[in-house]
Amino acid sequence: MGLLHTVNKSPFESNTFDTCLGYAKDGSTVLLIEDGVYAATTGHSAADKIKNASGVTFAVLGPDLQARGLEGKLADGIKVVDYEGFVNLAAESDSVQSWL
Amino acid sequence: MAEKKFMYVNRKAPYGTIYALESLEVVLIGAAFDQDVSLAFIGDGVYELTKGQNTDAIGQKNFSPVYSALGDYDVNKIYVEKESLEERGLTLDDLQHLIWEDEDDDWAEKDSIRLVSRAELADVMAEQDICLSF
Amino acid sequence: MKFSIQINEGPYQHQASDTAYQFAKAAIASGHEIFRIFFYHDGVNNATKLAVPPQDDRDIPKLWSALAKENDLDLVVCIAAAQRRGMMDVDEAKRQGFEDNNLIEGFRISGLGQLIEAGIESDRLVVFGA
Repeated sequence: MGLLHTVNKSPFESNTFDTCLGYAKDGSTVLLIEDGVYAATTGHSAADKIKNASGVTFAVLGPDLQARGLEGKLADGIKVVDYEGFVNLAAESDSVQSWL
Repeated sequence: MAEKKFMYVNRKAPYGTIYALESLEVVLIGAAFDQDVSLAFIGDGVYELTKGQNTDAIGQKNFSPVYSALGDYDVNKIYVEKESLEERGLTLDDLQHLIWEDEDDDWAEKDSIRLVSRAELADVMAEQDICLSF
Repeated sequence: MKFSIQINEGPYQHQASDTAYQFAKAAIASGHEIFRIFFYHDGVNNATKLAVPPQDDRDIPKLWSALAKENDLDLVVCIAAAQRRGMMDVDEAKRQGFEDNNLIEGFRISGLGQLIEAGIESDRLVVFGA
């Protein structure tokens, strides 16, 4: 299944999200958590980058979206998971790379 | 138990924060466990390996000499991301020359640093059992 | 599946400890085993017994302590990182000649080897940091 990558920083605060995209191979999953969930919202370049990374599965941690009041701004094609979903993604992947 | 592939992912510059130093401390302890160890220097992490670090005036310990000892600890797969160097106006010449001695090749001195592209390093990362980030 | 967790940041300053806690709880609820939770860098500060957060907010050290007790978890604080930051259990404090100690129940202090061992013995190691 490939790696599970997690990103916890806003794409506007640091280049971590971009770096992660450079390392997410086809078949891998990128999970946006904590401040990383801002990359999952509509209306900016991060959303386009997600669309263009066609071989990669994108997911976002629902609790972090809710905390930040962003549920109504979620971009298309991104799966919302809870903490149990996070655990499942980690278990189903070969390994986990946390981009800090 | 068969050895596992550990990759230490370093993306932070030295001295501004403690991550570079404390990450290196894990590498040194981890070396005793005879696993398959790689270090990856990505983004600002490439700054950890620069030559000529002099910390006298900031009052911190200069830990950059420790990188040159890694070869003695059998840590000799040190990946440096080419794009990160170029973005920062650096070349391999700006980095320490890290070497190891290959006992299977008459103790020949070999380069520990492997300059790789992001795509190549992504392939290496995808093979790891454990990715440690700091 | 056997999980281990590494936590790189202290309580409240970053969300790392909170996310790790929720992850650990979910993993346990899903029937997985948590082999070890290793606290590194400022993460060692999660083990303080002296935190007095506001009453209407979560008490992170106590949450970890309680989770460890309920589920027999192995919470390990790195000794090197702890020494730098002044986190001491009873034995370590005595060794260093201090009268005081500040580690909350449920955590133990040990070496970095515990982190490597956790990686070796577990199926997945997940890092939470900043």
